[in-house]
Amino acid sequence: MAKIKPSKGAPYARILGVGGYRPTRIVPNEVILETIDSSDEWIRSRSGIETRHWASPEETVAAMSIEASGKAIADAGIDASQIGAVVVSTVSHFSQTPAVATEIADRLGTDRAAAFDISAGCAGFGYGLTLAKGMVVEGSAEYVLVIGVERLSDLTDLEDRATAFLFGDGAGAVVVGPSKEPAIGPTVWGSEGDKSETIKQTVPWTDYRDGTVEKFPAITQEGQAVFRWAVFEMAKVAQQALDAAGITADDLDVFIPHQANVRIIDSMVKTLKLPEHVMVARDIRTTGNTSAASIPLAMERLLATGEAKSGDTALVIGFGAGLVYAATVVTLP
Amino acid sequence: MAATQEEIVAGLAEIVNEIAGIPVEDVQLDKSFTDDLDVDSLSMVEVVVAAEERFDVKIPDDDVKNLKTVGDATDYIVKHQA
Repeated sequence: MAKIKPSKGAPYARILGVGGYRPTRIVPNEVILETIDSSDEWIRSRSGIETRHWASPEETVAAMSIEASGKAIADAGIDASQIGAVVVSTVSHFSQTPAVATEIADRLGTDRAAAFDISAGCAGFGYGLTLAKGMVVEGSAEYVLVIGVERLSDLTDLEDRATAFLFGDGAGAVVVGPSKEPAIGPTVWGSEGDKSETIKQTVPWTDYRDGTVEKFPAITQEGQAVFRWAVFEMAKVAQQALDAAGITADDLDVFIPHQANVRIIDSMVKTLKLPEHVMVARDIRTTGNTSAASIPLAMERLLATGEAKSGDTALVIGFGAGLVYAATVVTLP
Repeated sequence: MAATQEEIVAGLAEIVNEIAGIPVEDVQLDKSFTDDLDVDSLSMVEVVVAAEERFDVKIPDDDVKNLKTVGDATDYIVKHQA
């Protein structure tokens, strides 16, 4: 039997750079109120959202990803040609094939990097990060670009008062590369397909094509069920991620949960009993819920404003449609 | 040992006080969580989870929407507590 030479990777992986792109158009709650019977006060008290960004026709999934990735690559201090793989997490790229990752890899100037899309809803960033870490440590890529990107405005029912105000558009990207020290902890992740009805697309695309429904598909959710699962079940997952990384909440500098709803974030902080000194991302106020993009966007903003700094220890947790989740502890770039 | 109706109301009052800041004496059987006690749909989930722990009872999401008043919740807990 021939002896197969093993691949050789880095001892550990880390996030080397982060970048974000927020569409130019800022949409205040007043615009949402044109199509639903609600109020600015109600939207703010139920979600914390004051404004969100909606993409123009030119701000495509690929265009936003390229903007965010350019910043992440510059922040990492590498050249695009060094990137060995591009992982794009999205549920709102409306051309099913080929994967948008291939166009992004090409337009960024990578040297024929491996490129593919994944679908893991609001946990997509954590899923992508976990894959990237594996590739860097296993040796199939030295540097991996992980992108979370959404145009959820395309999947929003503007007449649904429970979700019309919730979603936003944007892209967040990180470069993952080699590290001498552990800088991305073990991922605690999983799926609960028995709860698939909790957050979902209203109908398959083919129902719309066949005319069995009049409305274009949109994302819908059962608010109370999502809230209970996100706050109480995900707090357990967050704690497991801390335990897996061998640290406690006292060791944390930053908490970056998926920006689903400020009420979920506040209740998670309470349930997790996070100490006062931990900086909590609440980017949702001016960004809305951008699904897979929310964690890297929030990370970028905390670092840009100086609320978090390079080298800080952060707990990141994504959770959403599936239901799926992924939590890990990272050192900020 | 199962809690009495009186103990359940007192317990719910403490929970509502902690979550919504409503004085415990305002939490009466005929009071509506949303209309009288400023407990919105998301805070109601927090009330329900706290009640589940306190009274050793399971209150599934589908049943939460039927609990309009403190009396509804009290009756539910009396019937379903372990």
